[in-house]
Amino acid sequence: MLLEQTISTRGTEPAPETFVLNLGPQHPATHGVLRLKLTMDGEYILRGEPVPGYIHRMHEKMGENRTYAQFLPNTSRIDYLAAMHYTHALVALVERAAGIEVPPRAEYVRVITSELNRISSHLVWFGAYLLDLGGFTPLLYAFDDREKILDLLEAITGARLTYGYYRFGGLANDVDAAFVEGTRAFVTYMQPRLDLYRKLVTDNIILRKRLEDIGPISAEMCRRYGASGPVLRGAGVACDVRRTEPYSVYPSLDFAVPVFPEGDCLARYRVRMEEMAQSLRIIDQALTQLPEGPIQAKVPRVIKLPPGEYYSAVEAARGRFAIRVVSDGKDIPYRVKLRTPSFANLTLFEEASQGMMLPDALALLGSLDLVIPDIDR
Amino acid sequence: MSAVLDSLEAAFREGLPAARCERPDPGVHGGHLEVQVAPGEVVGATQILDRHGFAIDAITGWTDRHGRLEGLCDFFHFTAWEHVAVRTRVPRDLPELPSIAGVYAGANWHERETHEFFGIRFRGHPNLTPLLLPEDATYHPLRKDFSGVA
Repeated sequence: MLLEQTISTRGTEPAPETFVLNLGPQHPATHGVLRLKLTMDGEYILRGEPVPGYIHRMHEKMGENRTYAQFLPNTSRIDYLAAMHYTHALVALVERAAGIEVPPRAEYVRVITSELNRISSHLVWFGAYLLDLGGFTPLLYAFDDREKILDLLEAITGARLTYGYYRFGGLANDVDAAFVEGTRAFVTYMQPRLDLYRKLVTDNIILRKRLEDIGPISAEMCRRYGASGPVLRGAGVACDVRRTEPYSVYPSLDFAVPVFPEGDCLARYRVRMEEMAQSLRIIDQALTQLPEGPIQAKVPRVIKLPPGEYYSAVEAARGRFAIRVVSDGKDIPYRVKLRTPSFANLTLFEEASQGMMLPDALALLGSLDLVIPDIDR
Repeated sequence: MSAVLDSLEAAFREGLPAARCERPDPGVHGGHLEVQVAPGEVVGATQILDRHGFAIDAITGWTDRHGRLEGLCDFFHFTAWEHVAVRTRVPRDLPELPSIAGVYAGANWHERETHEFFGIRFRGHPNLTPLLLPEDATYHPLRKDFSGVA
């Protein structure tokens, strides 16, 4: 009798016995200090509300209290997995505003290191995502490959994660023959690895069943939420800042923007896997074209931008990262605004996760590839 | 000159004659169109951008040297390099703006952030609670008179 009643109620509307499930702020699946407040109906999510802010550091206020050069190290610490791209956005902004001509060698090295950083970031995501889904082994492979990139970058930048390698008008250090050879060897090594991952993981029926048709995100949803990067390209839109708002020497390099129209977790997965192959292509070309010459332009000892507003966007590993600086002509920026991809990509989680089963929602969360300091800033 | 921007500017002239449009040099400033509107016209301006297929980039604010607050919405386009900023002055004694969360769902969090950092209230916002600051925060750290030593 009681059971019949329950079933008949559930047929028309959610059962009255909903409960709130707290996921995080310390939980392996959130990959950082993110909390999810989930209102559940059994295994199904009625409302999944992310609660960020646990590691908020107010980078923007810090920017308004420091000179441009002093703020440069901060840019490596927002999205710590894609430090190169964030530094690139700030140096590009200052160079455009101050009319600094960057030597070609420096721009090529920037592209090479940025794309190495993109691969290492995607490898962390790849390993961690598979771990979320219950596959332990790929993480070990991914970190093994990533280690090779970190060794290469460590040799020229001195750091393994927070590089701070770019300077206004150039680079901190030139690259040597060992780096060029090592990077070539890495490109040769990595291509067959990607084939291996496709055979072992991407074509695996268990992974397919876990990701196909799960967590649909449409292009229209991306537009309303301002989602970008692999999330947007996994919804069928060929939007890549390197293409649409060209910067550095990307226009002279030949690469494809991988797009998968399905909009599910698998599409976002495949975008990132394909992007690693494209990054290898870019690195290969940039190494071939790498010119000799200086790596640093002449820049004033103290950077001061003419009064006005400046905006600069780059394609970071997680999508569109942009800095807006308001200058009043002093050596310290008047206002710094950081537009981060993880923040925008997470805003759509509440709508996208509605009605999903909890394990599927975690697959969706992982497919967004969040880095929490990128949200909290 | 891009067709999207021309059609956008024409739509602004027709729909919001009081709005001032400016085109900075994107090679230096990185933006393409700056639109200054009155606080009451923010939603109308946003709807025009929505019809032209723009995506929301970010919402923020800033205080100028005279302590005047300004609200700022950035928009970008998926397939073209078209960056549009919509600006509006906010009275300091009654810092209120209409919420655009009804037009762009993603504005929800950006407005919560702007509210806690600058103290700009967004009328019609579904849940205007602190996002990144503690729940009981009563200060607005990005106002220039807030002396946080960072």
